[in-house]
Amino acid sequence: MSSHRDNYPEGAAFYSVLRNRYRKAAIWQFLFLSALLIAIIALTALIYNVVDGAFGYIAYEYKAAPTQFTATPVSELTKEELLVILKENLSSGAYNKLDKETPMEKRSQADLLSLFLERLVRIDTKDTWSMTDSLLRGAEIRAEVAEKYPDAILELRSWITPQFLVTPMSSRAEFAGVRTAILGSLWLVGIALLFALPVGTGAAVYLQEYAPRNWLTKTIQTNINNLAGVPSIVYGMLGLALFVRVLEPFTSGSMFGVTDSNGRTVLAAGLTMGILVLPLIIINAQEAIKAVPESLRQAAFGVGATRWQTIWHHVLPNALPGILTGTILALSRALGETAPLIVVGASTFISLDPDGPFSKFTALPIQIYQWTTRAQSEFHAIAAGAILVLLALLLTLNATAILLRNRFQRRW
Amino acid sequence: MENHYAIETNELSIHYGNFTAVKDVSMKVERQKITAIIGPSGCGKSTLLRAFNRMNDFVPGCHASGELLLQGQNLYGKEIDPVEVRRKIGMVFQKPNPFPKSIYENIAWGARINGFKGKMDELVEQSLRSAALWDEVKDKLQESAYALSGGQQQRLCIARTIAIQPEIILMDEPASALDPISTLRIEELMQELKKNYTIIIVTHNMQQAARASDYTAMMMIDERRAGGVIEFDGTTRIFTNPKDKRTEDYVTGRFG
Ligand SMILES: Nc1ncnc2c1ncn2[C@@H]1O[C@H](COP(=O)(O)OP(=O)(O)O)[C@@H](O)[C@H]1O
Ligand SMILES: [Mg+2]
Repeated sequence: MSSHRDNYPEGAAFYSVLRNRYRKAAIWQFLFLSALLIAIIALTALIYNVVDGAFGYIAYEYKAAPTQFTATPVSELTKEELLVILKENLSSGAYNKLDKETPMEKRSQADLLSLFLERLVRIDTKDTWSMTDSLLRGAEIRAEVAEKYPDAILELRSWITPQFLVTPMSSRAEFAGVRTAILGSLWLVGIALLFALPVGTGAAVYLQEYAPRNWLTKTIQTNINNLAGVPSIVYGMLGLALFVRVLEPFTSGSMFGVTDSNGRTVLAAGLTMGILVLPLIIINAQEAIKAVPESLRQAAFGVGATRWQTIWHHVLPNALPGILTGTILALSRALGETAPLIVVGASTFISLDPDGPFSKFTALPIQIYQWTTRAQSEFHAIAAGAILVLLALLLTLNATAILLRNRFQRRW
Repeated sequence: MENHYAIETNELSIHYGNFTAVKDVSMKVERQKITAIIGPSGCGKSTLLRAFNRMNDFVPGCHASGELLLQGQNLYGKEIDPVEVRRKIGMVFQKPNPFPKSIYENIAWGARINGFKGKMDELVEQSLRSAALWDEVKDKLQESAYALSGGQQQRLCIARTIAIQPEIILMDEPASALDPISTLRIEELMQELKKNYTIIIVTHNMQQAARASDYTAMMMIDERRAGGVIEFDGTTRIFTNPKDKRTEDYVTGRFG
């Protein structure tokens, strides 16, 4: 039988085929590049959209001119001056109430200034503009404001400020902050962590190291994998039924003597979040445990270790960085979840810091959702500010996870 | 009366599920000698070796039948705890697998979990000396075992095994991942170790078996792919004047 050499193209024929191959390759390469560009554009648009809302012009009027209270320009008022002004001009009832919340002398200058502006001068926001508008249509905006609100002050403003981070919720966008929401989110994530890390790791250890390879284990495994994909609102329903209703004595704290609370506490919501991230944590921990090489277990068994000693001294320590990385990523998902919190009953308006597991609470995504549904444009601006805060928190968490992974990465 | 056999098998068979990988092996391994197990790939050498210290227990579906006798006691008996078996019969694996811990800790860990009550520093030094590694590592005991070369790592694994004072040391192709110089050092080390320990070594290297062992077991699969020991004799005899034609073909390289 003759060789197949003649069946391959040679010379010019070969080059014609080759050109064809390169052309196809070029088309595919272009498609991949386009896909990447679409992704980049989408992400850029997202960031731009948020940042655009968080900075820009604000036009406001004072209901009462600051000069009625003091000769000093507003920007130069000292703490002492502000104390005197507030004491003299607030009704004694209002002053005492504020003093009871936080003694006036202990408050910062910024805090007193915003009290001054909120209670006495009473800022009245007329309109706000996005960053792009402010930068590109500055002259137009100035003309428009001069015409429509002749008494208004027009100012470029960053809606996200240090003050914004430490101020509790307020019904006036200019004075509202995300302090309550940040603390609420931290409580939620903390409770979810305390619940899901030990339970998730334990379940993963059992599945990987103890469970026999039979149909029951397989069924359980499949279910865990599927649970990771269940929409979060379903977890919200579970949390409502289980933690808010059935376990109310526990989650409201009434079995510990707490009386002024129902089941809609940060504990109930945190446990709901814990259940939500549990499948993710189990799957991640399983992967981390699987990545510990079999040869290490054999080494331990080979010197007469029991299974428990092998797991405790070798498998877990070597899987731990992976488990923690997975946990952090799971928690960053919990941080952004909104739907289950709405179902479980996060408070829509609350300005008191959560001070324990049985507190009422709000959380960053809830706050953002609330603010974006308001009609006034200044609420959209602070929503954008809150989104930036949330994104910063998420980035911090993810960066921690990446650092952890790189720091402890093992070469076997 | 002291039995001069370290371990005996009696019709020992090992199965992976329904598949019989090793069938009816009956052999008596002499104390303080080196016994080599040779044979073509897949004939069940590793399976048989792992059966000696019940490492096969970790393979799902793997089970043994027949007897494995250590001083007259069946190691597959119901009253035997495999953890004890592995303390008495240590194992050195094909690829060096030190713990990702310090050199010191690699030795000390096995001792500690087995309830060692003596002076740990002494045990570590003595084990490293017996494994001919002490001089190379005595100044860096707290450094990671992963910083050692492959050959040093394998000797560390031997030291780790010696530290728990087993009666028998099993080695599964301990030099196959090493360079020729490291291989020679392991072989020299085995000659030292056999003064105190019984060694059973699996090797696919004919010269190594011929050079280093006192007895050789030749394994081969039958028509149902079950491995068995077809000839077991003094190493010189196996390599110069084997009884079985298949052994002769294999050791002279005419196999397959
Ligand atoms: N974990 C296992 N599960 C199922 N079959 C196995 C397993 N390990 C080995 N075997 C089978 O047992 C036979 C012997 O393998 P092995 O003992 O590794 O041979 P050798 O070490 O002589 O190369 C082979 O047919 C192999 O496929
Ligand atoms: Mg093998």
